[in-house]
Amino acid sequence: MRRISRRQFGVGTLQLLGVSLLAGCDALSNSPSVASLLDRAEGLTRAVQRLFTSRRALAREFSEAERSPVFPTNGSTNPTEPEYQALAGSGFTKYRLEVGGLVDRPARLSLDELRGLPSRTQITRHDCVEGWSAIAQWKGARLQALLERVGPKPEARYVVFHCFDALSEGGDAYYESIDLDAATHEQTILAYEMNDRALPIEYGAPLRVRIERQLGYKMAKYIKRIELVARFDGIGGGKGGYWEDRGYEWYAGI
Amino acid sequence: MSSPDGGSPGPSIYRHALPTRLGHWLAALCLLVLIMSGLQIFNAHPTLYWGDRSDPGHALFRLRALETPDGGTRGVTEILGHPIPTTGVLGASREAGPDLEARGFPSWATLPGEQWLAMGRRWHFFFAWIFVLNGLGFALWALLRGHAARDLWPTGQDVRGIARTVLDHLRFRHPTGEAARRYNVLQKLTYLAVIFGLAPLIIATGLAMSPTMDAVVPWLPRIFGGRQSARTVHFIACFAFVGFVLGHLFMVAVTGLFNNVRSMLTGWYRIEAEGGSDEAH
Repeated sequence: MRRISRRQFGVGTLQLLGVSLLAGCDALSNSPSVASLLDRAEGLTRAVQRLFTSRRALAREFSEAERSPVFPTNGSTNPTEPEYQALAGSGFTKYRLEVGGLVDRPARLSLDELRGLPSRTQITRHDCVEGWSAIAQWKGARLQALLERVGPKPEARYVVFHCFDALSEGGDAYYESIDLDAATHEQTILAYEMNDRALPIEYGAPLRVRIERQLGYKMAKYIKRIELVARFDGIGGGKGGYWEDRGYEWYAGI
Repeated sequence: MSSPDGGSPGPSIYRHALPTRLGHWLAALCLLVLIMSGLQIFNAHPTLYWGDRSDPGHALFRLRALETPDGGTRGVTEILGHPIPTTGVLGASREAGPDLEARGFPSWATLPGEQWLAMGRRWHFFFAWIFVLNGLGFALWALLRGHAARDLWPTGQDVRGIARTVLDHLRFRHPTGEAARRYNVLQKLTYLAVIFGLAPLIIATGLAMSPTMDAVVPWLPRIFGGRQSARTVHFIACFAFVGFVLGHLFMVAVTGLFNNVRSMLTGWYRIEAEGGSDEAH
């Protein structure tokens, strides 16, 4: 009895040691097979949250008094690309949002035309993947209204936002993608106003998307072009967004 | 025949059922990974607040690196604005090279060791699922099969003897004979609090940080006072777990390491004869 117990004690001790080594071992984090195993959790989280989430459930909206006195800026805060600088120099009067891809009626819209679309104003909390939160009021055109105008083809499944900015000099341009559920959600807007003022440059002028039930990195700033696609594996690094290509979850719900 | 722990030999009893042992080791593995990957995630913004917003200047707790006049780096822990020097451990520590780098918790405490938020999140959410499923499975089994009521819920006698048990613990006098067949009242209360209090709390505060969950159950962040409060409570609950684990390991060691670990591996626990004591060795 005791002999077996001792052996089992030894095995247990080894297991404990193994576990400690395992946790300390960064080689695991660099292994593609470990990464893809860990990735499975994202699919499970998404499936379970979908199961419990009404497509219409709204993110909480706050009062004017609850807005952040200072809203942090991060990512690009003033894109240096000449094309963007020229548009900014003219106060974005020459800006045209291109909407194309799998749509029946591709369009190019000025800011005035975007302001003419059905709009929504909302005071919401912005949750950054880093952990901070800030509250601001956003006004913009409902993405659903824009989609109705251009008419997505039946095979269109994702909306891709192509941006002016690259986070590093000469690096990859920022982009993001969302599915049609998120795109047609009531609070998903192409914001052109923040806290009752024209959207400032550091927060994404002239146009940024608000996707209130997901993390901040989904909410692309400096939108240049919107493209409807059936799949996004041919775009950028193939993971559906700038940060997704760098290991973050496409499903940024948690 | 001398016993491995040096105490008087006694009968062996089957103390831990398989679900208890399996649940225990899975939870231990999950906690190790969750705590270390959680500190990695925390390092991306090593500051805590109360409410829904993270207003600069209103931090409750902050780990930061400051420049020294001679161009060096020092680490500071700020609690309610009061700075405490913690160079080398909190705020600034060495990662790979010889220089101090700005990072909240040091690399030996985080998973992965380097600053890598995306990978920290993957580890965290994967093991969070195992932790939750394991915990749910164990809690259901314990409630339905009577383990919680029979072995964890304190009896009237337990409650009346609580002062005595505290005194015994302080004197490192631990139950022998008949009394050692059961958990003592402090064990019962601690295990109940951890399994049915702390674990659900850390899961709920974790979920309250999810923007999607907040749209589904808006009352969840509200009961904690907001998303940033939930993050703060999550952090405090994490260190409550750290404290529990340290206390647990200490008690395991002082009440017969071999016998305790064997019983959690095989289920079999040797009872010391009445009057025998672990202090003997």
